[in-house]
Amino acid sequence: MSDAKKDAPVEVEGIKERSNRLRGTLLDSLGDRATGAISEDDTQISKFHGIYQQDDRDIRAERTEAKLEPAHSFMVRVRVPGGVCTPEQWLGMDALAQDHANGTLRLTTRQAFQFHGILKGNLKASIQAINTEVLDTIAACGDVNRNVMCTPLPETSRVHASALRYARDISDHLTPRTGAYHEIWLDGDKLDPGAPPEVEPIYGDHYLPRKFKIAMAIPPQNDVDVLAHDLGYIAIERGGRLVGFNVTVGGGMGATHGDPATFPRIADVLGFCTPAQAVAVAEHIVTIQRDFGDRTNRKHARFKYTVADRGLEWLREEFARRAGFALLPAAPFAFTHVGDRYGWVRGDDGLWHVTLYVPAGRLADTDDARWLTGLRLIAQQYAGEFRLTANQNVIISGIQPDERATVEHLLETHGLEQWKTLTPLGLNALACVALPTCGLAMAEAERYLPDLLASVQGRLDQHGLREADLVLRITGCPNGCARPYLADVALVGKAPGRYNLFLGGGTSGERLNQLVAENLSEEKILEVLDDHFARYAAERNGD
Amino acid sequence: MATASHDIAPLIEADTLQQLDAAVGHLSATQLIWASGYLAGRAAQAQPLAYPLAQPVAQALAQPAAPVAAPASYGQAAPEEWAILYATETGNSRRLATRLAERARENGMAVRLEDLATYKPRQFAKESHVLFVVATHGLGDAPDGTAGFFDFLSGERAPRLDNLAYSVLSLGDSSYDDFCLVGQELDARLEALGATRLADRVDCDVDFDAPAERWISSVLDKAEVLSPAEPAASQQPVLRAVATAPAPVEWSRERPFPAAVLANQRITGKRSTKDVRHVELLLEDSGLHYAPGDALGVVPMNPEPVVEQVLTLGRFDANAPVVVGSDTLPLADALRERLEITTTSRNFLKAWADASGSTALQTRLSETGGALRDFLSVNQVSDILAAHPGDVGEQTFVDSLRKLTPRLYSIASSEAENPDEVHLTVRRVNYTAHGREHWGSASEYLARRSTDDTVPVYVEPNDRFRLPTDGDTPVIMIGAGTGIAPYRAFLQQRQYNGDGGRNWLFFGDRSFQEDFLYQVEWLRYRRTGLLDRLDVAFSRDQAEKVYVQHRIAEQRDALYQWLDDGAHVYVCGDMTHMAPDVHAALRDVIATGRGINDEAAEAVLNDMKAAGRYQRDVY
Repeated sequence: MSDAKKDAPVEVEGIKERSNRLRGTLLDSLGDRATGAISEDDTQISKFHGIYQQDDRDIRAERTEAKLEPAHSFMVRVRVPGGVCTPEQWLGMDALAQDHANGTLRLTTRQAFQFHGILKGNLKASIQAINTEVLDTIAACGDVNRNVMCTPLPETSRVHASALRYARDISDHLTPRTGAYHEIWLDGDKLDPGAPPEVEPIYGDHYLPRKFKIAMAIPPQNDVDVLAHDLGYIAIERGGRLVGFNVTVGGGMGATHGDPATFPRIADVLGFCTPAQAVAVAEHIVTIQRDFGDRTNRKHARFKYTVADRGLEWLREEFARRAGFALLPAAPFAFTHVGDRYGWVRGDDGLWHVTLYVPAGRLADTDDARWLTGLRLIAQQYAGEFRLTANQNVIISGIQPDERATVEHLLETHGLEQWKTLTPLGLNALACVALPTCGLAMAEAERYLPDLLASVQGRLDQHGLREADLVLRITGCPNGCARPYLADVALVGKAPGRYNLFLGGGTSGERLNQLVAENLSEEKILEVLDDHFARYAAERNGD
Repeated sequence: MATASHDIAPLIEADTLQQLDAAVGHLSATQLIWASGYLAGRAAQAQPLAYPLAQPVAQALAQPAAPVAAPASYGQAAPEEWAILYATETGNSRRLATRLAERARENGMAVRLEDLATYKPRQFAKESHVLFVVATHGLGDAPDGTAGFFDFLSGERAPRLDNLAYSVLSLGDSSYDDFCLVGQELDARLEALGATRLADRVDCDVDFDAPAERWISSVLDKAEVLSPAEPAASQQPVLRAVATAPAPVEWSRERPFPAAVLANQRITGKRSTKDVRHVELLLEDSGLHYAPGDALGVVPMNPEPVVEQVLTLGRFDANAPVVVGSDTLPLADALRERLEITTTSRNFLKAWADASGSTALQTRLSETGGALRDFLSVNQVSDILAAHPGDVGEQTFVDSLRKLTPRLYSIASSEAENPDEVHLTVRRVNYTAHGREHWGSASEYLARRSTDDTVPVYVEPNDRFRLPTDGDTPVIMIGAGTGIAPYRAFLQQRQYNGDGGRNWLFFGDRSFQEDFLYQVEWLRYRRTGLLDRLDVAFSRDQAEKVYVQHRIAEQRDALYQWLDDGAHVYVCGDMTHMAPDVHAALRDVIATGRGINDEAAEAVLNDMKAAGRYQRDVY
């Protein structure tokens, strides 16, 4: 990006300002039957409503040849604060996947549901179906706070319940104040054309310079990768009670190939707050980013750059000035791992919980296994809650002891017990969606993951490392949706069939990995990995 | 000609002779005879010959203005004017009427050629000599736009026609019950009104060339006796080319131009239920020109698999020599290049029933109503052969089949925007029925052409589907499926002209994602402002079927406003459902807009038709 361009506010800033509190011209765009797309400006505004315009990139060229526009469809992301939803909500999402999306339900790395392949004409019905289940998509994307994550810890029900309550409060407090969502999707009354737009006390006219992500971790679990977020809360528990949070700031994964001004960053611990201060902390950190974030360069606009450029001391002072209180010194804590613990656990309330492995978060009914059907049967009768994990898996929570056997049978007969047979490599792996729908993807990710895992597993096996607890993540671009920069092994897409290879992330999500080589083919990647596996095996055997 | 050239060669330079050959090469026998007289006359007025002439030529020149076979009537008083009136749906009647007019003029007759769609019925009482060429369309209907004339004639106010001499050539399709009904009724009605039948009516089936030729000859013979014509020497009509450059070859239905294929690409999505092709052909150096609204005639060959099906199912010898017209050729070639095998006719069914002795087919043939027509429409020749096997001779079989007829496609391009090119929108017909794969003739032929191939084509003008002459007139274009084709030509032309008139396009098909023909182009036209409104209906994208007429109804107020502003309305596509449904929707728009009843609104539409503001190209 040229220097001249850097000084001017980016175009999106103008679109946000003109959008009349996120209304844009979405109603006109939805009413236009001649195109499956929405207007270009509206593609920016729709993100604030949790809706991304995409197209099937596999057939883009052939459609151009046929004088047809790209096969546009929409990705719709449903906010699920803390990843916890009721069985009824689960059934609603399952039905929506069949009715209007591509028949699959995708669990994201940020504990949200994601639907793919929704056509423009079905958007409104989809949002209404989501609303019926008391869920929404507003602020699931866009330059605002996104879905607030929380460790879906099932065993310690009391701490989890407390943490989840704060996660939900923060989510509600940071939801944009606009009637646009109701007007456009839910047939709400239209804003009087002459009336001034709603007051937006937190975000203002321009919202944030860039997206904003918040996560809450309950140690020793760091499944949410709390240090990869703009703002993090590490729950501090004493005697089975939540006493407060360590606040972390300035984490983030996104980077741009070849742009040294961009980088992934591990968050810093800023201090400690009481539970009662948690919502205020979120508001003030968000307004600091609103006022000091870089609005001239979207690649340099995340909060992590504000923190990196201005420093923690500045931030503490600015925060105290706004909040009227200072954060306390951080409390000691320790993380042990980032992966999910699969299978059955019994909570302190006596109920059973089972964590299921979902490859790349994609649930579907196939000829081999009818996962959605199995989960539907369980949701209809046995589940207390469904909890989406940060590793794209699902926990069926709150099963009565006398019903566990029945649920186990349903899991087995629907192929949902993959965790029992897979190696740690497969169970830990993450992939973003990438091709064919994601507009940012430079290379395959989700679709390529099974082949890649088979190849890598083969090399591990050759070195006697079959059960090595290795975390492999792959993304189609450097924006980091699957948090690649924290993994032991990461492939970041550069071009079709070419990846940058990163190695050496910390096992508890507290250390970034390092770029080893650029633009590698699978063959080269396997060569490099083979060398490392050989060394690892030798040194481990030498212990 | 070769012998004559040899004899006369010393008299005329080679290139002059070449010019003469070029000038007269395309003339018919009658024209050549007339021309020889014309030249003889010129010679008589010229300087005395400086060269000795061969005896026959000298004899001819000794009798100026009396060529060998010239009508005896030359030099008499001004004759009656002959009106040649045609009613056409697909262009065949117009083409035959034009042929008749040319031939009549060659004979020195004074001729006026008119389309019944624009003919003023009240003028009819003043006619004394009328030759009709009328088509029967659909279920015994008069061609689009001509109902007014026939209603007038059959009504109580029809005049007595005691001074009228007439004859009727009637075109139709024998697979319909009411075969040639319009011509038959016209013939009977004219007789009832006191008119004199000059020559018997001839009813033509789909392969009309031979019977039409018989009728034309017979009519011209009678006309000569009835109404001697004046000599045409002063008009110098045919041979002006002698004095100027050699006339280029005139490509026609009978002599189609081999157009090279420039592009042949699918324009429906890969999951579409339909394979629709965009075909671009090169007309460079053909001398062929067209206007938006015109059609392109394509002379196809039948798909090889269909030929093979017929040969196998009929247990025919592919190499058996058969006679088609004046040619003898192997059966396989005849089936491929000369005969209709992808459609069936009542005549074929009857012939096959007789020859094969199939009682089931005889029963079929005795069916009335739409049953037989429906049966014919879903059975190709191969289906009949398969279901009713018989031991039939090759020649008998060939004689029962119709001649292969060219197919007409509405042209999808404007010549102004695409010089030397012509574009078509072709839906490939290919489906399975009766356990066999079926193909359409021309669509399959076109779909299989690659950029190395040529396609025999000719231009079929269609004056009843024309843009308004005033570029500021708003235009409403309604089309479904490949009926979108002429609107691509319209919009290209309006863009090229820089016309200021507003444009509104309605398009309907099955699936938005797969079947939105030329979507990118319409969207571009809308973005640039050429297209003011774009309304689409896709029938299979939702539980309830939605068609263009529903969009018309939704846009009732705006559409009425456009009509009120003088907009021209065009409808192109399916004749059976779309056109009547759209017609009803338009009637409703007018009824609501003006606050009048349906009958009155219908009258408004009829007036619009008469004024050329409501034009249809339906098939």
